[in-house]
Amino acid sequence: MIREITLGQYYQTDSVIHKLDPRVKLVATICFIISLFVVQNWLGYVVAAVFLAVAIKLSKVPFKFMVKGMRAIVFILMITVVFNLFLTPGEALVSVWKLTITREGAETAAMMAIRLSFLIIGSSVMTLTTTPNSLTDGMEKLMNPLKAVKVPVHEVAMMMSIALRFIPILLEETDKIMKAQIARGADFESGNLIKKAKAMVPLLVPLFISAFRRANDLAMAMEARCYRGGDHRTKMKPLQYQKRDGIAYLVLVGYLAVCVGMNYVM
Amino acid sequence: MVIKMGIIKTDKLVFEYIRRDEEGNVEGITRAVDEVDIDVKQGDFVAILGHNGSGKSTLAKHINAILYPTEGTVWVDGMDTREEKDLWNIRQEAGMVFQNPDNQIIGQIVEEDVGFGPENMGVPTEEIWQRVEESLKAVGMYEFRKHSPNKLSGGQKQRVSIAGVIAMHPKCIILDEPTAMLDPNGRKEVVRAIRALNDVEGITVVLITHYMEEIIHANKVFVMDQGRIAMEGTPREIFSQVERLKELRLDVPQVTLLAYELKKSGLNLPDGILTIDEFTQALLNSLEQENKK
Repeated sequence: MIREITLGQYYQTDSVIHKLDPRVKLVATICFIISLFVVQNWLGYVVAAVFLAVAIKLSKVPFKFMVKGMRAIVFILMITVVFNLFLTPGEALVSVWKLTITREGAETAAMMAIRLSFLIIGSSVMTLTTTPNSLTDGMEKLMNPLKAVKVPVHEVAMMMSIALRFIPILLEETDKIMKAQIARGADFESGNLIKKAKAMVPLLVPLFISAFRRANDLAMAMEARCYRGGDHRTKMKPLQYQKRDGIAYLVLVGYLAVCVGMNYVM
Repeated sequence: MVIKMGIIKTDKLVFEYIRRDEEGNVEGITRAVDEVDIDVKQGDFVAILGHNGSGKSTLAKHINAILYPTEGTVWVDGMDTREEKDLWNIRQEAGMVFQNPDNQIIGQIVEEDVGFGPENMGVPTEEIWQRVEESLKAVGMYEFRKHSPNKLSGGQKQRVSIAGVIAMHPKCIILDEPTAMLDPNGRKEVVRAIRALNDVEGITVVLITHYMEEIIHANKVFVMDQGRIAMEGTPREIFSQVERLKELRLDVPQVTLLAYELKKSGLNLPDGILTIDEFTQALLNSLEQENKK
């Protein structure tokens, strides 16, 4: 069961979006999310939809992978829609028992649904086309100015990439400990929620101990290989902007301008 | 002070672990390394043997300046490991490979892990790529350079770790039980890679192990017991003292043991036989002599 958990849902193909610098993709995703909250009318959403559709088309990732990410938020989406639908005051459309659907309510609910699903699909485009590794690299480079105010940018990025490296190892270990405990008669499956949570203790304790031991070993191995933080460090794969990245930035600025412009059209 | 000395030299090295109880009071002191003097020459293949808790890993960690001596001194290529200014030079010159392959691979792709050391040293980008290629080829892992380390076998992971150290261009490499967690095939792979480093690249190797078969290629063997050097010599000298090895709770390779037992029961065989070929040759000779009589 534990094998099914996958993190970082990178989809390997060769597309323009894949080749873009991770910094561009990060900035674009953030801008896209902001744009979703900036636009106030339907025309704006049409622009956002077109932008997203083009990005998906260019990324060559099958659409069904984008939708996969939606599953996680179906519940939140439903709650948002229901609340907006029934609790927004305004001109009544339909009235059943104590519940009233207003015209304004329907409109906000629809907008909210679109906003949320675009948000998820938009960020999926980024995670599907960028390896976790280059994402961390991109973040480190983007946040570099923060070093001036003593934010440990390099250390945070290093921690993230080490965490990513150890996820599969710790998953495997969890699996091993689970089997060992089951062999000793532990029961992880039956009982209510509290009982199940309690059954996790004999799993978590050895897992934590082993994680600390690994951390200790890894720190020693890193020091033995001359690791001394981010200063004096060179990069094996330095990030460098290409021509296509410049074009992507231009497209992004254009998109933002159109989004803001749409607010004044109607 | 210019004294001609080997690449690694220790002088009366002592290291004590201080055990503390929960309030931080000193409960007891364990002497893990006790007045050890070793001298390793450039290009040597040195093996350090010992059962668990004999202090061999603690000794190894001194050479890489991960631990500092309580008493005595350790020099690596003439640099005192306690000198803070030489710390990074020492760690670059004396690379270290640890026991657990999973806990020493940092990168998520093989080539990125091998590049980690050179990156830390501030090597320019093009040279990193060149070094990564060379070191992966030296351990025969070049075709796996784009793989994730999680998908490799134990022996392959350990070879990647070795490549990661070679990429730093060290003068010597210390391997702390690199095969302890591997299956027999993985063990063979790793030992082959280590021997190639010593023969082809001329890197000084210090191999710490408790597998006897791995030390027969060494020039010099130190056997440790309770923090002290108990025996010292060539593999042949060491293996000819079967009784002493048994006292130190070490296993002797099966061939050596068989030859020893046969000799004890009257056959004319030389001491310290190391390989099967050697043994068959010696046995044939001795039988021939029997026949002539």
